[in-house]
Amino acid sequence: MTDITIDRFPDTKTGESYLDEGHSLASWLTTTDHKRIAILYALSITAFFFIGGAAIGLVRLELLEPNGLFLTDEEYNRLFTMHGIIMVWFFLVPSIPTTFGNFLLPMMIGAKDVAFPRLNLMSWYLFVIGAIFTIVMIVAGGVDTGWTFYTPLSTLYANGNVIAAAVGVFVTGFSSIATGINFIATTHMLRAPGMTWTRLPLFVWSIYAVSVVMILATPVLAMSLLLVVVERWFGVPIFNPNNGGDPLLFQHLFWFYSHPAVYIMILPAMGVISEVFACFARRKVFGYTAMIYSLMGIAVVGFMVWGHHMFVAGQSPYANLVFSFLSFVVAVPSAIKVFNWVATLYGGQIVFKAPMLYAMGFLGLFTVGGLTGLFLASVPIDIHVTDTYFVIAHFHFIMVGGSVSAFFAALHFWWPKITGRLYPDYWARFGAITMFLGFNATFLPQFVMGYEGMPRRYHVYPEQFQVYHVISTAGTVLLAVAYILPLLYLGWSLFYGNRSNRNPWHAAGLEWETTSPPPKDNFERPPVVTGGPYAYGEDSEPQAHTA
Amino acid sequence: MSDAHSLLHEPWPSLERQREGATFGLWLFLATEILFFSGLFLGYTLYRNIYPDAFKIAARETEVVFGTVNTAILMTSSLTMAVASRSATRGFRKMTLLCLALTITLGCAFLLCKGIEYHDDIDNRLVPGPDFKLQPPETQIFWAFYWVMTGIHAIHVTVGIGIVTTVTMLIARRRIPLATTAVEAMALYWHFVDIIWIFLLPLLYLMGRS
Amino acid sequence: MNPFMFVSDVSRQAVDVDRLFYLLTGISILVVGLVAGLVIFFGIRYRQGSSAPRRTLPRIFKNEIEIGWVSATAFLFFFIFWWAAATQLQALNAPPKTLDIHVVAKQWMWHAQQPNGIREINEIHAPINTPVRLVMTSQDVIHSMFLPALRIKQDVLPGRYTYLWFTAQKAGTYHLLCAEFCGTEHSRMTGRIVLMTQPDYARWTETGAPTQGLAAQGEKLFRSLGCSGCHGPNASVHAPDLNRLYGHPVHLSDGRVVTADEAYLRDSILQPRHDIVAGFNPLMPSFRGVVSEEDLVSLIAYLKSLSTKNVLNQQGERQ
Repeated sequence: MTDITIDRFPDTKTGESYLDEGHSLASWLTTTDHKRIAILYALSITAFFFIGGAAIGLVRLELLEPNGLFLTDEEYNRLFTMHGIIMVWFFLVPSIPTTFGNFLLPMMIGAKDVAFPRLNLMSWYLFVIGAIFTIVMIVAGGVDTGWTFYTPLSTLYANGNVIAAAVGVFVTGFSSIATGINFIATTHMLRAPGMTWTRLPLFVWSIYAVSVVMILATPVLAMSLLLVVVERWFGVPIFNPNNGGDPLLFQHLFWFYSHPAVYIMILPAMGVISEVFACFARRKVFGYTAMIYSLMGIAVVGFMVWGHHMFVAGQSPYANLVFSFLSFVVAVPSAIKVFNWVATLYGGQIVFKAPMLYAMGFLGLFTVGGLTGLFLASVPIDIHVTDTYFVIAHFHFIMVGGSVSAFFAALHFWWPKITGRLYPDYWARFGAITMFLGFNATFLPQFVMGYEGMPRRYHVYPEQFQVYHVISTAGTVLLAVAYILPLLYLGWSLFYGNRSNRNPWHAAGLEWETTSPPPKDNFERPPVVTGGPYAYGEDSEPQAHTA
Repeated sequence: MSDAHSLLHEPWPSLERQREGATFGLWLFLATEILFFSGLFLGYTLYRNIYPDAFKIAARETEVVFGTVNTAILMTSSLTMAVASRSATRGFRKMTLLCLALTITLGCAFLLCKGIEYHDDIDNRLVPGPDFKLQPPETQIFWAFYWVMTGIHAIHVTVGIGIVTTVTMLIARRRIPLATTAVEAMALYWHFVDIIWIFLLPLLYLMGRS
Repeated sequence: MNPFMFVSDVSRQAVDVDRLFYLLTGISILVVGLVAGLVIFFGIRYRQGSSAPRRTLPRIFKNEIEIGWVSATAFLFFFIFWWAAATQLQALNAPPKTLDIHVVAKQWMWHAQQPNGIREINEIHAPINTPVRLVMTSQDVIHSMFLPALRIKQDVLPGRYTYLWFTAQKAGTYHLLCAEFCGTEHSRMTGRIVLMTQPDYARWTETGAPTQGLAAQGEKLFRSLGCSGCHGPNASVHAPDLNRLYGHPVHLSDGRVVTADEAYLRDSILQPRHDIVAGFNPLMPSFRGVVSEEDLVSLIAYLKSLSTKNVLNQQGERQ
């Protein structure tokens, strides 16, 4: 009963899949097919995920000893900066939107492609150009400002390749903007007949919300990084305190982007989880409308809470109170989503396949991450724990426990659709459980030492913290196994996996009504939509009965 | 190649829908541009509030003549661009090409004017740095914003000229039809760049002169 | 020394922060327990093929559930906000009379000056049961003064003063850390804060006292920099009187009235044209680049000592 249902007689082929549209490298590099661009993105961000992971692996090893093992201060600083820059801008921000968003958004709304296919390809090239700058920056010795580029450290004092790093992020920012514009236009203009706004799957809503955040927040980041580059390159004073420059101006501009960026990372994850929960609980998502309102609520209020990164930075204490209040406000819709996911399970026919396990892992870790967000929204506690490991643990629970778990849930859920192959579910479930355990072992101790007063970005640290660091590093090993494992069994499945039929999970949604992998134009006939999403009613067939 | 065929691109069901989509996309792009510039305007406003006197001293040194001439040039180019856009939709081929050419010329004139002004500014030791002319040191912040704001604006004008030139050539050689959405989209972008200038003029040139 | 602790009683503020923290931890564990419990319960009861009945809720009831937990969460969150805000507001303003210790941060060390002129590096001595205020600035990048045992932290910025105040109630030696990444040796920019009983502190200040107090050093600078030429009693130039300036309101030429605090004095030395005192001409040159942050500390201490109402000049050595 636990095995994936395999259709021994796959659908009769009506046309070639998008993968067969050309096998040359040029056919991939000049493609305007959203599905192929999604694959290009997936390969690029996977590479960066492992580069960024390797960087932090070294850092975690180094932290086994209070006085370090094998790195100098300088190298340590460059490694954690590299980890931050790569993971935020070259993995997390593009992760779900540019891969699964690109692949699925047009299919879920019944379109042939995104609104501007050539712009879509261009945005991948922008990403690659930004990536090249970043790789050059790394090869040339890295940068030591932290991913936050705070002035005047970055403009006047740091001796790394700040300009290359900032330009890399700047260019990548335009890739985000192009993608965002494309997705919004696609959602507005290319929905299939009958696909009204209230019939959109929540994943589409989440991609829509995230696109809005992307196009409104990213330009501000671009400008602030541009100013850093100008000041550093030409010595033109903009943030320089010796000329009366305000060091906090940069922080305001930076967090005006970077807090919404957190929502860029987590909103698509919420979309994925809604799809996966509905499918494996065989239930309509509980409170569909509330889910949409909370997505959009998070996207809007998310723009008004950046000040909570600056409670100790020297801004007015009354501003602190306002930002604190708004941060509690933005937590409400997140909590609503958690309750709704739990309620979706009520009365379902729950199947514990790998995507579901990853999604449940998300639910637990995101809940912890969200709740510790309340600690940080409370000014007195934030004053104590900001810039400590408590904060590190908090945002890793959201971004790794949340977004990365959801990324893996999505990967396992849509893998048959994307590649046309089935993977060994046993190994995938093993990977999901390992990831959950490894993650907790890595990051739970960090809450404890953070509250005890262990500051972040410390190369050498007082001995009291060694025990937590050792547990954390041990957890990292488990986590590394959990991340490498899918490479193996998913890679294996590409060549030896059983072929998937159209809909191996018996899921609802337009993307499952076409072949796996889909043809170039996505559908044999343009689809017409007659009902809402998540048609997993009582009459829908639970999966096991069809084997 | 027939017009309608070469105009309609892949995911779009109809020409009209595609035109709507292109315009919609461009408006979204302009929204991002506004936020891009808003960072600069915010910084400028903040510093002007903290150092009103230094900003007045600094702003007196900008060359208002160049600023005014350039405003006139850009406004005229907006007019020619609007006429070009309207003529293109009505199918007046010669008129469109003439106006596009005029727009390009005016754009270049703007850049030329700006270049002479930059040259004068450099001669007047108005580049922030060790031998900057003015005191107190906060005046350098004003000039930092002057260079960044006008520089980024000039880059936008240059990009605009590049796009307009390309499209004009393509239309002139009949490689793309006159009714392309490109002209309309291009015009939107051009007007936007002009509007940015309308904001820069009072902030950088007219301040401190009343 | 016992520098780290899960529960701190080093100051009242620390106790308050801990109380809030453990309250929130308790709430969080409850919520995580609730979510995890429900997921496990539903997971078992409604696993595929189980015999549990699957009822659908009537639509109206669904809305009520949704409204119910929206308002419950909102109510809970606002309650936490209220508690946190109240705790913060209590700790917002330092009492009027504090013992001021000046701190200058630079890559990568903390430089402190006691009111009587004792200089310390990576170490701060302070008495307990006395409101102590750290007046901090940075010479280069942004640093952050982090005193984990007191549960407080404040970024230290170049070009302006920031403040951190506490009233400790338990003597001991605790960690003093830089919490804002400040370059290569950020993790070595650490030290300790030594909290002593008042008699111990008095004894310590006596034994370690330099020949000149901070204010006296400032007075010397005041002469050598030529300030006294204009601001002195016999000056021919029309310049504002600096006696009884600190802590008092100043009327500016643009009509504003500001209180002469450390930040004001500092700005007036570095950017004299910014705030012109009503009735005076903007004659004074800027001392930016002429005086170091340490010199500024001494100068300001001297100016503060001229204001007789200030408690600090008892510690200073002005006759």
